[in-house]
Amino acid sequence: MNQRPEPNRREFLTACAASAMLAGGSYGFPAFFSAREKTKVVNARDPLLRGAGSSLDSGRLLKMLDRSVQVLYATDSPLEAWQKVVRPGEVVGLKVNGLAGKGISTSVLLVQILCARLQDAGIPQKDIVIWDRLNADLESAGFRIATHQDRMRCFGNDTLGYEEELATYGSVGSCLSKTLTRVCDAVINLPVLKDHGIAGVTMALKNMFGAIHNPNKYHLNVGDPYIADVNMLPRIRQKVRLHICDATTAQYEGGPSYMPQWTWPYNGLLVSRDPVALDYTGWQILEQKRAEKGMKSLRTLGRAPDYIATAADPNHRLGTNDPSQIELAEV
Amino acid sequence: MSKAHNPLTDGASFSPHGIYRDEDTIDALPCDSVLTSLTSLGTTEHDRRTFLKLASVPCLTACVGSSVGAWPSLALGAGPVPAEDSRFIAEAQFYEKLAYKKTRCKLCPRECVIDDRERGYCGVRENRGGSYYTLVHSRVCAAHIDPIEKKPFFHFYPGTLAFSVATAGCNVNCKFCQNWDISQSRPEQVRSTYLPPKDLANLAQQNRCPSIAYTYSEPVVFYEYMRDAAEAGHALGIKSVVVTGGYIQQDPLKKLCQGVDAIKVDLKAFSEKYYKEVVNGELKPVLEALVTMRNLGMWSEIVYLVVPTLNDTDAEFRALAQWVKSNLGAEVPVHFSRFHPQYLLKNLPPTPLETLERAKAIADAEGLHYVYLGNIPGHPAESTYCPKCRRIVIGRIGLTVKEMHLRKGKCEYCQQTIAGVWQ
Repeated sequence: MNQRPEPNRREFLTACAASAMLAGGSYGFPAFFSAREKTKVVNARDPLLRGAGSSLDSGRLLKMLDRSVQVLYATDSPLEAWQKVVRPGEVVGLKVNGLAGKGISTSVLLVQILCARLQDAGIPQKDIVIWDRLNADLESAGFRIATHQDRMRCFGNDTLGYEEELATYGSVGSCLSKTLTRVCDAVINLPVLKDHGIAGVTMALKNMFGAIHNPNKYHLNVGDPYIADVNMLPRIRQKVRLHICDATTAQYEGGPSYMPQWTWPYNGLLVSRDPVALDYTGWQILEQKRAEKGMKSLRTLGRAPDYIATAADPNHRLGTNDPSQIELAEV
Repeated sequence: MSKAHNPLTDGASFSPHGIYRDEDTIDALPCDSVLTSLTSLGTTEHDRRTFLKLASVPCLTACVGSSVGAWPSLALGAGPVPAEDSRFIAEAQFYEKLAYKKTRCKLCPRECVIDDRERGYCGVRENRGGSYYTLVHSRVCAAHIDPIEKKPFFHFYPGTLAFSVATAGCNVNCKFCQNWDISQSRPEQVRSTYLPPKDLANLAQQNRCPSIAYTYSEPVVFYEYMRDAAEAGHALGIKSVVVTGGYIQQDPLKKLCQGVDAIKVDLKAFSEKYYKEVVNGELKPVLEALVTMRNLGMWSEIVYLVVPTLNDTDAEFRALAQWVKSNLGAEVPVHFSRFHPQYLLKNLPPTPLETLERAKAIADAEGLHYVYLGNIPGHPAESTYCPKCRRIVIGRIGLTVKEMHLRKGKCEYCQQTIAGVWQ
């Protein structure tokens, strides 16, 4: 769709109210971002993450995650940081991306480490739910499906299905995953850093397509404004607390499928509460790699992810894509 | 790190299919239950969406009900059925293989380029390892026996019944869609049952339906099933009629026209702007499809849903009528239909009657012979009038034919030929 329909007044006010509910506390997604407020993105890297081999070193990955959240939340310990993200009694969903199999999906090891830290912060296993669109995607990424309620759970939206009522904002009308609406109190978003043949790039904002029943309808016009609009749906805004982009392996061309010839070991994590700033930062990393490889920019190819700018516009205010407003903490 | 049970680390037992089991969810459709449920539904008035839900659910509940509720603590209502069943999967007939296991769909003008394990815009076609498959062959999510006037076809076997079926999926996303809960869903997200072409044809015959209608969602997206079912139907002497948005490429359209008997096209507006903003499609390929149908001798009728403020100007009505007359002929029926607030256009009112009457007056004045008004039960413009003597040749009230004054396709009063396909 070329001309973007504006959200109606009711939708916009509903989204504002959803964020306003969360504005006062430490928990939850930031309220609508202020243009004057700098937003922090942590780019944590460890050149020795893989040691001598190709597999990730769990100890180093844990340290990298710990450093990231401590810097993001300005705390002295990782426990203190996690206690600012979640609280005991909440069911915490980990929205991974398993579409492309083990080659370029959220790594199981990262999720293991995160689960351990959540337990340290008082979230029992039974209150942790790893989820994505399909059981098959999770399995292909190396996760095991588990649905027992007294243990850690892991399942796709095809297990519980979707709400029957439409959630709407702007150009989007979708039924939300019941895993999101009925199971999770809080969500930690765990996308990967990769190219997308239609949407340009896929990271934090695009990963929320895994929460709706009809993502196939929203890839037109390089995903703009659909991806931004999906992230405005109140249930998503209310519940997503933190974005941890798995950039241990990244892919700069040929996505969303795994194309090993275009991946490289970035050995990093991008962590932020602001999905727009995170996506903007990740996009620049991919563009830089494309330039190094002599490839054309996404803009030249007609698939620049302008939905990132839309997500920052006055109708969305999901974060900032202004580099001068992004505090990039490299650790 | 905890060593307790963990889906990430250990091999503890779990169902590979989650809480659903294939054997619980899909079974052949028993004819008796279909007949019973369909017959009972014909006695009560419902809006279209309720009607469709009622039509589909009783037929299918027996097949899927046992799996719903297996999750102990959530009241889930209708649950999904497993995505994977090889009976529903067939290689697509129109696509290209591209490098890196990508495919390009050649069925509709959208020409989606699909990565491995991804689906097209329609949501019902998937790239698997570089080959492209339909996931909805014989995967029926709505089945009902309707008067053919409901499609609407007013000049094709009037007064008969059409065994009407749909699968999930659509290749556009109209903001006014009445059936969005099936058309905008993926096949695994709606209740469906296995109804192969021969069984469908047999059901139509057993229920004394001279035609099968492919309708409710968008039959272009279940193209392979539609063609196979049409062939099975013809073997039993049963016609096939298609209710479509006409957003289809020329090659598949031409092959389709060899196997079906009539096509009704929802011409949603007469402007590209509307198609882009409201339909998420394009007008030009739809117009080309209409011309091709006409050139191939396919009986076609057109429906134009009049949406207040969006496609209801005199100029648009006039341009439409002039285009139909000069490209398709004055004898192609055009139905101006009333909009009701639905889906993503709940902020608009129903179409005022005077707007519809204005549209008809303009189309009449431009010389179209058969202009109807739809979704206004009891309106005189539901009936067919002889273009020569102006007397009623087919009288209708609602979807019911009340009187017929045709003999061998001619007006019984003045012998004027009435265009159409008559018994």
